[in-house]
Amino acid sequence: MPAVTKPSTEEVWRWLSEVPDPEIPVISLTDLGIIRDVAWDDDTLVVTVTPTYSGCPATTVINLDIEHALRGRGIGKLRLDRRLSPPWTTDWISEAGREKLKDYGIAPPIDGTAADGRLVARAKRLAEGANLAIACPRCGSTRTEKVSQFGSTPCKASYRCRDCLEPFDYFKCI
Amino acid sequence: MAAIIAAVDRAAFFEFLTRMGDNTLILGHRVSEWCGHAPVLEEDIALANTALDLIGQTQLWLGLAGEIEGKGRNADNLAFLRDAGGFRNVLLVERPNGDFGQTLMRQFLFDAWHHGMLTALTASADPRVAEIAAKALKEVSYHLERSSDLVIRLGDGTPESHKRMQQALDDIWTYTGELFVADETDRAMAEAGIAPDPARLRAKWEEIVTGVLTEAALKIPATGYVHKGGRRGVHTEHLGYILADMQFLQRAYPGAVW
Repeated sequence: MPAVTKPSTEEVWRWLSEVPDPEIPVISLTDLGIIRDVAWDDDTLVVTVTPTYSGCPATTVINLDIEHALRGRGIGKLRLDRRLSPPWTTDWISEAGREKLKDYGIAPPIDGTAADGRLVARAKRLAEGANLAIACPRCGSTRTEKVSQFGSTPCKASYRCRDCLEPFDYFKCI
Repeated sequence: MAAIIAAVDRAAFFEFLTRMGDNTLILGHRVSEWCGHAPVLEEDIALANTALDLIGQTQLWLGLAGEIEGKGRNADNLAFLRDAGGFRNVLLVERPNGDFGQTLMRQFLFDAWHHGMLTALTASADPRVAEIAAKALKEVSYHLERSSDLVIRLGDGTPESHKRMQQALDDIWTYTGELFVADETDRAMAEAGIAPDPARLRAKWEEIVTGVLTEAALKIPATGYVHKGGRRGVHTEHLGYILADMQFLQRAYPGAVW
């Protein structure tokens, strides 16, 4: 009887790179940077996932999608672990993922601009906000303005382009 | 003897975690009541997102609370099957939504405390607490930025918006003191290095609140009166109505799942 062959973890990573994010299907779970680890625990495949936002409703769907994809590849014993620390940050979105976001019409995050709860005088805050050049994903103009800090999903903010006048989502930094 | 102390600590730890989780649960539920009713679409979305973050954090806090308690209760059991006397949230978060200004003022006063509390908790001696705090802090940084920005815009806005924001502050101010009153649970947590003494968060909170309210041209009420009780399970009548709404399904159809 032939020994059961376990696919390599590299192979599993490749499979996971084909699983789309349920909310933003142009990028994969590996592009999003939420798969933290793939490992074998004896004959059980353990995939460690970190949530983007603690209340993100897509988390359950993501786990189901991972399970479905790996079962489809013949993985029998599978465990999904949740890891909170270090907390997910938009810095973990891959370069390829950022390009795909832009093509899809979502401005990718600008690293280092996450809110830190530091409150500065309003004049300074407004000036800094204006200097933050978030380019319109449709026409490329940086004459854009924030409409709301929150958008269609927890991870996005709503922006508007003052040149082409199109509204767009910005994947905000966290 | 050591076992007795551990048991006392476990009870205090559970108590502390339900305070954290009940604050986010009740405020999250309150804020979600706005869904579909906000003055503009963007604010509707922002309120719903804020509520979602808070409910997500609740799952983490109450999930850990159930684990520490060790009686097989999970976050859902704790949220849906306790009665009002079992809830440990501060009275501030159960205040009715009122108008948009009152909702925002409540959010701002809470966010300023929440941000300081979570910052302190990232250094908790318990790594599970520290990692939940680090996760939540990223989200709450956005909450605080948004609520302080709006408090300033509306406070220092039109005569009507200014009047409403001042009224909101006057109405709610006496509910903020409870956030900083320490009891035995807090002392046990502080001694164990799990959480800070609440009084220690006051100075930073006052600095943030005074700064924003001054910029918003609003006057902090002179009264030092403190409404309290929520953290030991003594609530205003408002909590009962929240629970009647929030828990209805699990009470009417026990064990119902999606």
